[in-house]
Order: sequence, then structure tokens, then C-alpha cells
Amino acid sequence: MSTNQRGFVQQVWDFFCSLKLTLFVLITLAITSIIGTVIPQYPNIDERYWATISAGRKLLYERLGFFDMYHSWWFLALLTLFSVNLIACSIKRLPHVFKFVSEPALTISETQQKIFPSKDLKLSGSLDESRDTLAAFLSSHFSSPTITQVGNQYHLFAQKNAWCRLGVYVVHFSILVIMAGTIIGNVWGYKGFVAIVEGETVNTIKARNGKDIALGFEVKCDQFTVSFYDAPGGGGPSQMPKEFKSILTLTENGKEVPGYKHARVVVNEPLSYKGITFYQSSYGQANDPSTFFFTVKNRANGKTDQIALRPGSQTRLSDGRLISIVDLTDNPGEGTAAVLSVTDKGTEPKFFKVFKNNPGLDDLRGDSFIFTFVGTDARMYTGLQVNKDPGVWVVWTGCIMMCLGLCIAFFMSHKRVWIVVQHGYARIYGNASKNQPAFMTEFEALAEELQKQNI
Amino acid sequence: MLSAKLFNATTIFYMASTLAFIGFLASRNKTVGLIGTGLAWIGFAVQTAAIGLRWKESYDIGLGHAPMSNLYESVVFFAWSIVLIFGIIDIKYRYRIIGAFVMPFALMGMAWAQLYLPTDINPLMPALQSNWLLYHVITCFLGYAAFAVACGVSIMYLIKAKSEEKGNEAAGGLMSQFPPTRVLDDLNYKAIMVGFPLLTLGIITGAAWANYAWGTYWSWDPKETWSLIVWFVYAAFLHARFTKGWVGKRAAWLSIIGFAATIFCYLGVNLLLSGLHSYGNLN
Ligand code: HEM
Repeated sequence: MSTNQRGFVQQVWDFFCSLKLTLFVLITLAITSIIGTVIPQYPNIDERYWATISAGRKLLYERLGFFDMYHSWWFLALLTLFSVNLIACSIKRLPHVFKFVSEPALTISETQQKIFPSKDLKLSGSLDESRDTLAAFLSSHFSSPTITQVGNQYHLFAQKNAWCRLGVYVVHFSILVIMAGTIIGNVWGYKGFVAIVEGETVNTIKARNGKDIALGFEVKCDQFTVSFYDAPGGGGPSQMPKEFKSILTLTENGKEVPGYKHARVVVNEPLSYKGITFYQSSYGQANDPSTFFFTVKNRANGKTDQIALRPGSQTRLSDGRLISIVDLTDNPGEGTAAVLSVTDKGTEPKFFKVFKNNPGLDDLRGDSFIFTFVGTDARMYTGLQVNKDPGVWVVWTGCIMMCLGLCIAFFMSHKRVWIVVQHGYARIYGNASKNQPAFMTEFEALAEELQKQNI
Repeated sequence: MLSAKLFNATTIFYMASTLAFIGFLASRNKTVGLIGTGLAWIGFAVQTAAIGLRWKESYDIGLGHAPMSNLYESVVFFAWSIVLIFGIIDIKYRYRIIGAFVMPFALMGMAWAQLYLPTDINPLMPALQSNWLLYHVITCFLGYAAFAVACGVSIMYLIKAKSEEKGNEAAGGLMSQFPPTRVLDDLNYKAIMVGFPLLTLGIITGAAWANYAWGTYWSWDPKETWSLIVWFVYAAFLHARFTKGWVGKRAAWLSIIGFAATIFCYLGVNLLLSGLHSYGNLN
């Protein structure tokens, strides 16, 4: 390699190692990330959005990848630059730090003697005796020292928590671990969706990219239910859903999987089997109901009957009136209601609504019969998000490493103490990598204790 | 409900504390400063009781969840966290005057919450029924509060540095009560050193929760993205201290920008960006 080439390689290396680049990347990432929070992102773009921007602007944004900016080539390039910077910086510095930790400076240099805080001690014993007493003192009050002879002096060196200098590197490494986890998840995992009607069984799901994926086992939806909060002030359920619950049974090769019979899936409590996880995500009615069930309470004698109504046919009530179901409505804020019609002989039919979630309401109508809407024979389906993410544990490991690393980097400190012993005289020096004021208190207490000793 | 009365009392204590601190700034009378701190602590105690009581009341009406589930409750908790972090700093470093630049944040939060936000205890929708909600909210808001304190301290730094530049550092002047710029710069760094790990934990618990609820720990939605932006800004702050010249004034500015981004992440995303995406104005 010519000197020129080496110079160039060196320059490139220095560029990737520089902290200026780190600042540039961090700030650029912060600023560019804003774009995707202001411009809508695929796949969540409302059709109406297109009408609000000009064709030219749409084209420009498309070219720049602004509609899916977190996966655009330039954003991924920034993230790559970020990782390269991190790796290069670590390669450059880590050996020094390792050396610093594993082969600490056992003697204190002239410069350090000038800048590190220190305290003087008078000694009365012989040099060797004093050295041994001081070493014993450090062992019992701080940590055991290493003794080095320098000319006619001895340098006693003791340290605590040297390894916490590596905390920053744990943080940096954890970022790479998290990135690796997301890549693993993207390459070997998938996200998909499946809708299962109550009582039915599936063994494949639809991935986001439209492909069918075989699960390798079967999932049956035993039941899906929605429960609601009680209305404030009582009087039955409100419109506010409390729980969406699917009951699933897993089978493999026709045999029930132990522990997965009638397993429960609710929001925030997914179900996992063989690395595949099912999340409660949506629901709906699978088919049109054909039978509607009601209870009818006789106001006079309190007797309650069950009736079943089918659209298009009439049923006779015990007082001779005819009843039929006319409509089913579902209004926001009101919930599902059946519109019933009751016809007395020779009069116009009377229409009224019976609400599913408000069973007390029909009482207020004042009729001699009080109706409650029990339900229909319609089946529900449950919509499940289905994920496989083999990288997620790598991500969590990275996250835990990051938290530990941050605590080490910020709240632990590498403390060093030297005592330079000469004939009749010694001086103690101290230094800490973090939190100087706290260390000074500790150091002064140590020196004071030392001055009390008779050495 | 009793908790509502206690929250009102809290607001009044924080207002009195803020006024006392302003009085302290003007009068340089140590007793007034002590009163300011005392009022802040009393308000804090009342608020702690109120939050506990609201928690209990939610069980009494059959909803039963931690009081951290809507905007009102989060603003109240934010104010509580700010006073907590200020209190810790006050005990540790005894620079009382910092209260004049931190208590207004707590007061603004409480006043806004009490005057303008609906205070009802709502039932939790299914997605919010998770213990992760509690861990997530606590870590995020303690982090935000540390950043609020860092921002207050940075504003003090800039004022102090400006007056030193002008050379009107007369003995006994208003500025003489401010801690030395060196101390302010250090406090700024210390507060961020507390806030950054908490924010990191907040983002992680949020991701863990999203993973439980929806099966994706990260989906680049505006709230997540903004929390990451805030994280980038403070990471830049931490690294900037290693390169020459990014202590002092520039660090103070970076801290203020960081807090502005924090507030945007907390409120702006909900109030401004969601409006942008709701298309209410298009049809
Ligand atoms: C391109 C990426 C990055 C590079 C090249 C880089 C490099 C560095 C370097 C060289 C140091 C000084 C270490 C020392 O000798 O004490 C440092 C400190 C640190 N870095 Fe990074 N870093 C990067 C990204 C990050 C990110 C994203 C975080 C966020 C968690 C982070 C967290 C820290 C922390 C907490 C410190 C210690 C700061 C302090 O003690 O005040 N780094 N970084």
C-alpha cells in the first residue's frame, strides 16, 4: 500500500470512528424521523388524503420514499451508518479500555499527582513497616492494594469497580443486539391474520404479503364473546366494551395439544404455541341471524316466558296479540336493538325498540308485557393477529442489557486510590470516573481515618 | 369526591409555592425560600394522598384501575413527578432557588388539568387493561419530570451566563443567589443522567406492552417515533459532552430543545398530529 492509499484508508477509518459523525447521525435521525409523523405512512393512508395533495407533490414524496419513510433506502442507510459508526468506535476504543481495566496503572504519574486530590500523612515507623500497615489499612477500608517499588518510594494502588468502565460499551453493544433482533424477526418471522367462525377450525393463516402460511397445527374457535362495563348508575351494561374473549382449542395431527384445550385469548393476554402467537384483534358477526330470542314478562302476574321470533312470521302472545320482528338496528351509542311490532285485533300495529344492552328500558313503555332481547342464533367470528417472531427474545435481551449498561455507565464509578510511601512520610491520592462530589466525601473520610492511625 | 378537593388544594399549594419562590427571587430572604420549599412539600403530600384516594375511588365505583389512564390523570402524575424530582434535588444539593424555575411547570400542569381537562374516572378499554400501562406511565413520566428539571436548570444557566457576560455580577445582586454556572451545568447533566435511563425504560415498557397487546413491539406510530426522537436528542446531548465545547451554553440549549421535544411527544402528538390524521376537516 502506498502512503497515499494508507492515508486515505486511515481517513475513512477516522471518519467512521469520529464522535462528530455520531452527533451528526443522532441529530439527523431525530430530525428526519419527524417526516413520517407528519406525512401519513403505508399501509395506513386514508384514500381521501390523496385529494389533499397535488400530483407533483405526491410524485416527489413517492420518489423520496416519504410514504414509507422508515423503510426507505435513505433511512435504512442512516441506520446502517449509525451501526457502522458504533462498531468502528468500539473497535477503536475497546482494546484501550480493556487494557485500562485489566492492566491498571499501578504507579501514579507526576501529572496525576498534580491534579488528583491528595492528603499528607506523617509516618513514624520504618519504611517497610509503614508500607505493610498502610497496605493492611487499604485492604480493610477500601480494597486490597498492589505494591510497586519506584526508587526509594513504594506506590500502593487499590481500586474498586474497574469493570464499570465497560458499561458504556454494554449500552452500545445492546443497540446492535436490538437491531440484530429486529432483523431476525423480519427475515425468519411473519405477521398475519386469521378469522375463525365459532365452531370452525383452521390450519393456515394469511400473511401480510397475501401468502397463505401453514401453521403445522389446527386452531378451533370454541367461542367468542364481548362483555361490557355496567352503565354508570346501574341498569345493565353500557356501550363500553370491557373484554373481547376468544376460547380456542389447538390440535395437532388430530390430537388435542395438552394445555391448549379451551385456552383463553383476550387483549393483552395472547396465546403462544410453537413460537406462533395469537393476539385478539377484531371480531364480527359471521352470518345473518335467523332466529331472535326474547323473554316476555307479564306485568300483572310476573310470569316470564321465552319466545323465538323469525323475520317474516308472526307469533301469538298469551293475551292474543300478534308479535313480529321488523328490523335489527345497531346505532353507535345505543347498541343493538330489535324493532318489534305488536298488533292488537283491528288496530294499527305498534312499533318499539328493545335494546340488547339495556334490559330495564322496556319497563318504561308501560305495556302489560315487558320484553328483553336475549340474543340471536348468529355466529360470531374472532379476528386474530398471528405472529411468529424468533427475534423478539433477542430484542428483549438487548433491552435488558441497555438498562443494565446505562445504570452501570451513569451510577457506578471506577474508584482508584494510591498511597505513595517514603521514609517518614506518605501521601494518599484518589480519583473516580463519575460523581466527584460523592467520591470526595468518601475519600476525605478514608484519609481522615488514615490520619487517626498510628503508623 | 374527596380526591377532587385534594387535587384543588394541591394546585393552590403549588401556586403558593411558586409565588413564594418568585418572592424569594425578588427579596433574597432565606425564610421565603424555605416557605416555598415547605409549601411544595405539603402540596406534594396532599397530591400523593389524592392520587392514592382516586385509585381507591376507582375501585369503589367498580372500575378499579391505577389513576394513570387518561390525559387528566397523566398530567396530574407528571406534576407529581416534577415536584418529586425537584424535592430530591433540593434535599441533595440545597440550591433552593431552582424551585423558582421548576415549580411553575408543576403549577402549569395542575392548573391546566384542574381547569380544562375532564376529570371523570373512565372504564379502561381492553387494550389498556395491562400492568404494563402502570410501569410504562411511571417510567415515562419520571423521565419527563427529570427533563423538566433539567430544562429549568438550563434556563437558569442561560440567564446566569448572560448576566456574567454583561459583567453585572454585583455582590448581593439577583444573580448572586443562583448557583455558579459550573454547578448549574453539572445539575443539568445529572438530571438528564436520571431522565435518560428512565425514558429508555419507558420506551422499552411501551414496546413490551405493544407486543402483548398487538404483537408488534415497534410500529413507527407517531407517539413511538416521537419518543425515539426525544431519545436521540438526549443521546446527542450525552455524546456532545465528549466533544469539545458542548458543555455550558450549548448543553443548556440542547437540554431545552430536548424538553420541547418531550412536551411535543407527550401533548403535541395527541393534540396536533392526530388532528392531522383524522381527516375531520376533509369531508
Ligand atoms: C453511532 C453511534 C454511537 C457511537 C459511535 C457512540 C460512541 C460513544 C463514545 C465514543 C462514548 C465515550 C465512551 C467513553 O470513552 O467513555 C460514548 C458514550 C456514551 N454513549 Fe455512545 N455512541 C453511539 C450511540 C449511542 C446511543 C444511541 C446511545 C444511547 C443509549 C449511547 C449511549 C452512550 C452513553 C450513555 C455514553 C456515556 C456518556 C456519559 O458517560 O455521559 N451511545 N458513546
